[in-house]
Parts: sequence; C-alpha cells; structure tokens
Amino acid sequence: MTIATTIDRAPTAVPTELAHGRGGGGPASKRVVVAFGFWIFILSDMVMFSALFAAYAVLRGNTAGGPTGAELFNLRNVFIETMCLLLSSYTCGLGALSAERRQPALFLIFAAFTFVLGAAFLFIEATEFARMVEIGAGPSRSGFLSAFFTLVGMHGLHVTSGLIALIYLSAQVIAEGLQATVLRRLLCWSLFWHALDIVWVGVFTLVYLMGAP
Amino acid sequence: MLGKLSWAAIPFNEPLPIISMAVVLIVILAVLALVTVKGWWPYLWREWLTSVDHKRIGVMYVTLGLVMLLRGFSDAIMMRTQQAIAVGNAQGYLPPDHYDQIFSAHGTIMIFFVAMPLVIGLMNFAVPLQLGVRDVAFPVLNSVSFWLTATGALLINVSLVIGVFARTGWMGYPPLSELAFSPDVGVDYYLWSLQISGIGTLLTGINFVTTILKLRAPGMTYFRMPVFCWTALASNLLIVAAFPVLTATFVMLLLDRHLGMHFFTNDAGGNQMMYVNLFWAWGHPEVYILILPVFGIFSEVVATFSGKGLFSYRSMVWATLAICILSFMVWLHHFFTMGAGANVNAFFGIMSSIIAVPTGVKVFNWLFTMFRGRIVFATPMLFAVGFIITFVIGGLTGVLLAVPPVDFVVHNSVFLVAHFHNVIIGGVVFGVLAGINYWFPKAFGFALDDRLGKASFWCWLIGFYLAFMPLYVLGLIGMTRRLQHIPDPSWQPLLLVAEAGAIVIFCGVLCQIAQLYVSIRTREKRLDLTGDPWNGRTLEWSTSSPPPAYNFAVLPRVETIDAFWHMKRAGRPTVEPAYQAIEMPHNSPAGFITAFFATVMGFSLIWQIWWLAVLNFLAAATVVLIAGWSIDREHEVSAAEIAQMERARLGQPV
Repeated sequence: MTIATTIDRAPTAVPTELAHGRGGGGPASKRVVVAFGFWIFILSDMVMFSALFAAYAVLRGNTAGGPTGAELFNLRNVFIETMCLLLSSYTCGLGALSAERRQPALFLIFAAFTFVLGAAFLFIEATEFARMVEIGAGPSRSGFLSAFFTLVGMHGLHVTSGLIALIYLSAQVIAEGLQATVLRRLLCWSLFWHALDIVWVGVFTLVYLMGAP
Repeated sequence: MLGKLSWAAIPFNEPLPIISMAVVLIVILAVLALVTVKGWWPYLWREWLTSVDHKRIGVMYVTLGLVMLLRGFSDAIMMRTQQAIAVGNAQGYLPPDHYDQIFSAHGTIMIFFVAMPLVIGLMNFAVPLQLGVRDVAFPVLNSVSFWLTATGALLINVSLVIGVFARTGWMGYPPLSELAFSPDVGVDYYLWSLQISGIGTLLTGINFVTTILKLRAPGMTYFRMPVFCWTALASNLLIVAAFPVLTATFVMLLLDRHLGMHFFTNDAGGNQMMYVNLFWAWGHPEVYILILPVFGIFSEVVATFSGKGLFSYRSMVWATLAICILSFMVWLHHFFTMGAGANVNAFFGIMSSIIAVPTGVKVFNWLFTMFRGRIVFATPMLFAVGFIITFVIGGLTGVLLAVPPVDFVVHNSVFLVAHFHNVIIGGVVFGVLAGINYWFPKAFGFALDDRLGKASFWCWLIGFYLAFMPLYVLGLIGMTRRLQHIPDPSWQPLLLVAEAGAIVIFCGVLCQIAQLYVSIRTREKRLDLTGDPWNGRTLEWSTSSPPPAYNFAVLPRVETIDAFWHMKRAGRPTVEPAYQAIEMPHNSPAGFITAFFATVMGFSLIWQIWWLAVLNFLAAATVVLIAGWSIDREHEVSAAEIAQMERARLGQPV
C-alpha cells in the first residue's frame, strides 16, 4: 500500500490499538465471543473446585478415628485412571484437529476413543468408591471422607456430563455436519475436557500423592 | 411418594401466615384473571416471557426486584414493630419461631432477590446501550439467567405457604443450619432457592464479562467506556470469582443435610468455621458486586446533572479495579471474634481500612464533579447527593468496625445492623432508585413524575436516618441483633424512633407507587421525543426512547469518552446513513420452560420427593439440549425495513 492510499484511508482505517481483540475495533466475531465466554465459565468452575480443594485441605486430617488416605488409596489404580484421562485429552486434541480440517469421520473416531477412555476413568473411579463404601469408609464416615468424596465426585460428575455432551455433540456432527456453529461448540467442549484434566492433576497430586503411604 | 410433604406443612392454625398467604394468592389470581380476560397472554408470551432483548430482561429484573422489595420490606416493618412493643413483660405479636423465620427471610430476600435483581436489571438495561451494541453476548442465556432468578424468588415465597423458612439468619451458619438442629425444610428452602438463582447469577456474570470485554462499538477502547460499564465489569468479574464459592459451600451443607456428611457438623471431624470462612469469601465480594455498579450509576448521574464530565475519570476506573481486588482480602473482618489471633486480625483489619482509600477517591471525584457544575436537582441527583452524605457515614462506621478491638465490643450488635443498612440503603437502594428515575424515560419513552420522585427521596432519606441512627446508639449500649424480645425497657424509646423511621420509609415506598401510577396515567404529557431528556453524555441517549429492538441502526463510532456529548458538540450528521441488514436473535422460550422445571425440581428437592426431582431435572436438561441444538438462532432484519423504521422514528417521511 502506498503512502498516498494510507493517508487517503486514514479516517476509516482502524488504528492498531483499536484492532480486533483489543476491543476497540467493534464487536468481536462470534467465534471469539463464544470461546471467550466459555473460558470465563471454566474460570468460574475452577473457582468452585478451588473451594472444594480448600475444604479438603482443611478436613484431610479430620478422620474422626476412621481410615486415613494412606490406608484407603490404591495408587496403582489411580495411576491407571489418570493415564486414561490424560490419554483421552490427547485423543480429544486429535479430534479437535480433525474437526478443524473438516474431517467428520476422523473426528468421530477420535471422539469414540475419547469417550471410551473417559468411561474407563469413570468406571475405575466408581469401583474405587464402591470398594471404600463397602469397607465402611463412605462419605458420612468422617470429615476427611466427606471432603474426599465430594471433591473427587464433583470431578467425576464433570467427566460424566462431559461424556454426555460428547455424545450430544457427536450427534450434531452427524446430523448437521462440521459447520461453524457446531465447530464453535466442539471448541468449547475440548476446552472443558482439557480443563477437567487440569483439575485432575490437582486431585492426583494433592489428594492421592500427598495422601498416599 | 411425596417425601416429607403432607397437609401438616400448611400452617392452618397460625392466622398471620394464613392471612398473608390468602392475600398474596388473591392478588396473584386477580392479576392472572385480568391478564386472561384482557387477552394479554399472547402479547406477554411473545414480547416479554420469551424475549431475549436485554432491555426487556432488564425491565423484568427490576420489576422482580421491586415486587420482592415489598415482601422484604413488610418483613422489616413486622420486625421493627415486634421490637418496639415486645419490651419488658410484653411479648409482642410474633412468637420466636415466626420471628426467626422473618429475619432470615428478610436478609435473604433483600440481598438475593431485591438488591441483586435491581442491580443486574439496570446493568442489563443500560450496559449494551452504553457500549453502543445491539445486545449482550449470549441473549438466550440472559433470559435463562433471569428466569432462574425468578425461580429462586418464587421458591422462597412458597415457603410462606407450604412449610417453613430457615430460622438461621440469612447466612445459614452451621451447626444451627445442620439437620440435627434444623430438621425441618426451612434451611432446604434457603439452600435450594439460592442454589438455583445462584446459577442464574453466575451465568449473568459470564455473559456480562464477555459482553463488556468483547462487544463494544467501534472505537470504544477501554478508557472510553462509560464508568457504569467499568463498574459493571468489575461487579461481574466478582460474580464469576465469588459465586462459585457460594455454590460449593451450599453443596457441602446440602450434602451434610441430605447425605449425612460431616463438613460442618459438630461431630465426626466437621468444621463449622470453614463454612463461615467460605461463606464470607463469597459474602464480602458480594457487597461489592452490589455497590460497584451503583457507584457507576452515581457517576453517570452526577456528571449528567452537573453538566460536566466526570472529574478524574481514570482515577475512578482505577479505584473501581482496586476495590475489585481488595474485596477478596477482607472477608475475615466479618468474624474477628473467631479467634484467628492478633496477627491475622490485624492483617484483615488493615486491609479493610485500606478499602476506604479508593472509596474515598470516588467520593472526592463526585464532589469535584459537582464543584462549579450547573447542578440540576432532579430526583436522581437528589438521591446522589443523599447517597454521598449517607454513604460516608456508613463508610466511617465501617472503618470503625474494621478495628478488631472495637469489633469485639460491637460484634453481633445492632451497631453492625445499622452499619450495613447504612451502606446498603444509603448506597445500593439510593443508587438503584436514582438509576430507575434516570433510565426510566429511556426504557419507556416517558419520564417519571419528578415531584413525587422528590417526595419519595425525602421520605427515604429522613426515614433511613430515623430508622438506623437509633440502632447505632442501641448497639453501642449493648443491644444484640435478632432479639425477639427486648429485656431492657430503657431501649424502648429509641426502638420507637426506629419504628417511626420504618414508617417514614414506607411513605417513601407509597410515593414511588404513586409516582409510577401518576406517571403512567399522564404519560402523554411527559413523552420523551428527543431520546435525550437529561442532556446526557453517554451513548444510550443517542438512540430513541424507547430504543428499537436493535438499539442502534448503525453502530456509533466512538472517538472520546462521553461519546454522545462530543457527538452533540460536533453536531448531528444530517445525511441519512447507509443502513445495513441486522442479525437479530429469535425469541426463545428456553429460559421460561427451564425455569418452570427448575421450580418443580427445587420444590421436590426441598420436600425430598426424589422421583419428581429427577424427572424435572431430566426435563430441564432436555430443554437445554433441545435449545442448544438449534443452528440458526437469528433472523435478519433487512436494510429496507431498518430504513423504514428509522425514518418513522426520526419523524421523516417513510
């Protein structure tokens, strides 16, 4: 662009500080708005988890004569569980890439992998919970166990709703194709799924590793 | 089959609740009958109940807040009357069981279903207009937010008729709120209605943070935003950061109550003070969620009615952001008496005092804005001036309470009650009333009656001082809060003054109702045809009153702060702009229907009718999934239609 045309266009041209994303360039695109809003939602979810983490930190010693974490946690199972979830984030990322490239079939394959890994995670968690309840270490046994079941269970609930949303969105991909609206939703879903991984890294570290024998 | 619900839940043997319930039911039925007879349902459904227009949703929020204000206020009058007469041998007319429900309901309703809807309603109405855009980021979500808030309000009111409300105070502290000491459904009403409306509030927070950060008119950089948008941003950031803590805390208490867990119980390793800490980790930011937008309203009002730009806009913005951050570092001052130790108390005492600094900056900004301005004492401006004086007194007693040794003396006394009513009435309520008077002509196209508005202001102001200054004195001489019976007869004269104050405030409320009635009846004479009745400074005054659904036919280009003021100075363009087609969101019944199922779900959860709760949860989830499926949520208004509407609006030949 020559200088002359630059000057010519000056009154309508957007200065850099007004460029898109800095807010001054007029309303942002839908994709930006949706993804940004979802980030804020994830932020709020993290705040909720942080309250549960705080409660766990306060109550972890309050076993009221009941079993402690060291007696209950089975690190081998938790490790497998963790691997399932982390791996599902990887397949989720591959699915997001194939969605970006408008490859619905490939996306669905990766979605299936993600679902199976997520379901495996939930299954292991549920069997652990059942085992603990069976030996009398249920959530109403002590303050420590209330906090444990609530923190870990809340994460499990998030994973469950993530899996339901995955089925729902896969159905949308099949029915509506990978159009802009569906892609925006998939973007949000993968943000959500990765965020659950981050929460789980916190759970794995603070609850299991620090509580293990 | 019906859980804990039975005919015994309806208090047939108590005349007071039964009569009030009958009156409320008759009023509701009369309104429904009127709407049906007049055939207004299609209009209401189409234009309001399913509307996703931020202006309509804002009006509905404010209406909800005002209706609930009447409820909360009648609780207040009942308590004042009880305390004024139940002295010495007299026991008054409210038994302790009922009195405890009333003070709990009063606090809960006033904070969650009066102050919040009023503030959120004004943000809904004004923020997108001030930003120069067509709607919020997520219009359908906005409607869901409103209806979930309405669900919470409805559930709280149902407790008046079916069952009981909490007797725990509005904070619901355990162990009193635990199942062992509150075995009935009162606390469950409290918890579930706040959980459901809390989701609505959180969604509002997400929606407005996104709107303000990502949707603004071209050229509106951060430091060209109106101050109200800044304060709304700060408030919504606080919602996003604070409300999830409340949700988590209530989840824990619910698990304690429903599943026998031990978060906050006396036994098995529970920790009650954790509830108190978590509650106020939300509760203190909540104070600023309410007051910051109101600071914004006053900034707009003071600048407009002084005919000057706001003094030191930037310091106002930085003060807002400073308060936003500091508000998370002071929560412990609500319970210095916990025994955290001198160092911890000193830290929180100092932090609490520091918050007074940015607030003081704001007060000086308002004063200097008025200094040498051409002040017009319209109703909103009267509220602003009344606020500045009253709020400074409330702020100073707050600084006093921030000193831990002083706090130990007046903790849980009516001195504290006087302090927070001083800042909430003198701040939030005055601000909301100023905002309603200020933006009413924009919302409806005609102005409110100024004489009755002024009358209501003087009643509110004088009534407030009469009602709460005596409580400062009573608190200092040792009267604790929430007394159903007054042991010391020497307190009675001051309590009678407080009662008189409540009655004066009631006159203010009556003036407002009259103001609304008179203004509607004489609206033809008070039409706002210019769209700019106050000689305003910000963009909402650049469009017509009421604004068209799309707000601005052409998005304004912003080059300065007080954009509209400068546009007026530069002269309006005489050429008709080139109109372009506008994408508008469809109306959506999703919010209303979701909230319907959420209401039944909440009710079933309270009464432990588990099957019905599950059923309604699934129904609500299905609505969300169906609404979430839609690919095409918008329709296009063509350029020709826009041109036609704009010409009609501007009085040009179509």
